[in-house]
Amino acid sequence: MSTTTFAGVPVELNEEGFFVDPNQWTREMAVDMAKADGIDELTPQHWIVLDFMRKEYFEKGTGPTVRVLGKTSGVTVKDLYLLFPKGPAKMAARIAGIPKPKGCI
Amino acid sequence: MDGTTTPEKITKVSIIVSKGSLEGIYPALIMANGARAEGMEANLFFTFFGLDAVNKKRIDHIKVATVGNPAMHIPTLIGGLPGMSGLATHMMSKTMDELDIPPIPEFIEMIGDTGCGMYACKASVDMFHLNKEDFVDQIQDIITVGDFYDMAAGGQIIFT
Repeated sequence: MSTTTFAGVPVELNEEGFFVDPNQWTREMAVDMAKADGIDELTPQHWIVLDFMRKEYFEKGTGPTVRVLGKTSGVTVKDLYLLFPKGPAKMAARIAGIPKPKGCI
Repeated sequence: MDGTTTPEKITKVSIIVSKGSLEGIYPALIMANGARAEGMEANLFFTFFGLDAVNKKRIDHIKVATVGNPAMHIPTLIGGLPGMSGLATHMMSKTMDELDIPPIPEFIEMIGDTGCGMYACKASVDMFHLNKEDFVDQIQDIITVGDFYDMAAGGQIIFT
């Protein structure tokens, strides 16, 4: 566990860089985190994915897999990989401030 | 330093699919898809009976092997009865659907969309008298073993 500052606020991250407490997350932090991950600007499409991930996480207790994202977020699998090249589910979950989604698919 | 070093992460995998049974194909697809989900570069190379996974005529009819598979816990003679393989496949597909594992055609399409490379082995394609048109659109090319090694350079190779 480590403490990092995003948007001027110190937050706790686990070893893989995921938020320990998703409630600490703010939209301003996401902008900072995305930049650190190589995404210069979060577009409306990025936000569709990030908002969807947080919604799923708070409803179901875990973030969605890429397949679920592709089927239900309104963003196709192809576009998901263009938006989040380092792996959509994992990268988007980190930027959305939720734990790494479990599941193999 | 505490004497331990973190091993370097795998950044690229090339997976060879040589079997045409359900249990022969799925692990390779799951590994390729998982590699892309982790942000790794991935390639799938279909050879021999593995070509069935991307053959338009066969892709919808991939079955579990019920004979010669001790882990199925079905005596060989019973596993060989007509319809047994279909029945086992049906049951397994149902369970996989519940676990949100896509059927093979959908999985192949999705893996193509993740940006994973998919190739057919030239020697096998020639042996089975097949052409590029016999394969699903996700197959980018028919390549030689030499092409494969060039493509796999700098990464890990997994044979299934």
